[in-house]
Amino acid sequence: MSAHPASATSVPGASRAALWRLPGLGAGLGRGLVVLYLSVLVLLPLAALTSQSLSEGLGTFWDQVTSPQALRSLELTLVASLIVVAINAVFGTILAWLLVRDEFPGKAAINAVIDLPFALPTIVASLILIELWGPDSPLGVDIALTRAAVVVALCFVTLPFVVRAVQPLLIEMDREMEEAAASLGAGGFTVFRRIIFPNLLPGLAAGVALAFARALGEFGSVLLFAGGLPSTMVSSVYIRTQIESGNDTGAAAVSVVLLLASLACLVVVGLIQRWGGRHER
Amino acid sequence: MSAKRWTLRALGLGYVLLLLLLPLGLIFYKTFEHGIAPPLDAITSPDGLHALKLTLLMVAIAVPLNTVFGVGCALLLVRHRWWANPLIDALINLPFAISPVVIGLSLFLLYGATGWLEPGLAEAGIKVLFSVPGMVLASIFVSLPFVVRETVPVLQEIGTEQEQAASTLGANAWQTFRRVTLPAIRWGVAYGVVLTTARVLGEFGAVSVVSGSISGETQTLPLFVEKQYQNFNLPGAFGASVLLALLALTTLLAMNLLKRKEDA
Repeated sequence: MSAHPASATSVPGASRAALWRLPGLGAGLGRGLVVLYLSVLVLLPLAALTSQSLSEGLGTFWDQVTSPQALRSLELTLVASLIVVAINAVFGTILAWLLVRDEFPGKAAINAVIDLPFALPTIVASLILIELWGPDSPLGVDIALTRAAVVVALCFVTLPFVVRAVQPLLIEMDREMEEAAASLGAGGFTVFRRIIFPNLLPGLAAGVALAFARALGEFGSVLLFAGGLPSTMVSSVYIRTQIESGNDTGAAAVSVVLLLASLACLVVVGLIQRWGGRHER
Repeated sequence: MSAKRWTLRALGLGYVLLLLLLPLGLIFYKTFEHGIAPPLDAITSPDGLHALKLTLLMVAIAVPLNTVFGVGCALLLVRHRWWANPLIDALINLPFAISPVVIGLSLFLLYGATGWLEPGLAEAGIKVLFSVPGMVLASIFVSLPFVVRETVPVLQEIGTEQEQAASTLGANAWQTFRRVTLPAIRWGVAYGVVLTTARVLGEFGAVSVVSGSISGETQTLPLFVEKQYQNFNLPGAFGASVLLALLALTTLLAMNLLKRKEDA
């Protein structure tokens, strides 16, 4: 049980105990620790959240989720995330293409800076966006505290997902197919639509699903830039206002809705990856 | 052909310029517009220094824990078949997808006044919410997946031949891990550690819910940025932001160096 199955058959003569395992521990103990770590740190808090959301019954849960302000925040979150994902699907693919197929000065720096939203704290993202696109904008464009600010903030934090999902597929792609299509008379757009795009689709879909999950739950970058006005309040900001006003059940109910949406995104990503993996073979 | 290429360049680079580069450049300019003194004073104020120390403390606790867990968990997932592995694999990804505020609220409810753990903790005199332990728990939660996710593919790629050779030659489990497995996966693990560190340094939503953001007590640097901004102390907010942005740029640099090592 503890030894690796392959090594048990391929190294005859070596005693089972000598076959390598997790250092110093049996696999059983290791498994116990991993399960304990995940249960205490991740599952237990999420169970407490779910329990609180249902503590006053399903009726209250439903009332909390469908209260006008909660519903409005969920609607804004959903619509803004869809818009953002569409924008980044286009610009992410363009950027991935530029980084793989094009040559221009500063390419390495641009490639590195794409990951900036992963590394930069979200509250700093909010602050730098408000300085460029807020009341003190040197460009004279003030979109702070509007729905456009929600979209821009979410575009910022989800930019790397599509680029990084599409890039490796473009690198691996066989260029002979494109050349064959072109030599048969296909124009640039036809080659893209019929050859390149279908090959990129698994990566693009996975990147879009990950970006969507991230956008649904984003908090810090939206907070200062878009604010908490009734018209600009996304669900995560709504949840915090409910915590602050002591409505734990309402906050938990909307959280459970977001949690289920995130789970659905993860399932979709898993399915896409399995589908993409099958296409490779 | 050429016109199309220039259009794509203009679109792609223009997007990066307006969304990433200009905002980042502007904050550096605004911070140092009146010299280095105002932002420096803000960060070296008692509250600023305390926030910096607390942020480093979060890193010092959460990163080692998640690194040890991550490597161990990756070894179990890749090297030991178990019926529950797919379940664990899926569970690991959860913190990536869940909103930080939802993570914060979950901890808030579990350890709060009416939470399941409250009676026992109160008796033991342990305060989790609005103090450091709760913030550590939040930091661990949000940064949990990185090391596992970066280590699993490397382990799969290196295969088991060398490990088997080592154990045939008489190395015990720990020696095999120390001398064979760890050197082979080190850059992957290091990449995961860099991502974990960046996430813990910058975590805002989850920590803001469980900490109460009390100046000089439970305020990390990202929370300090928000408080200073709300109090219209712009040099303070800018100074701390630039410090965090510099840390983020260092992260990017480290990521690039490690990627190169991994590919080499």
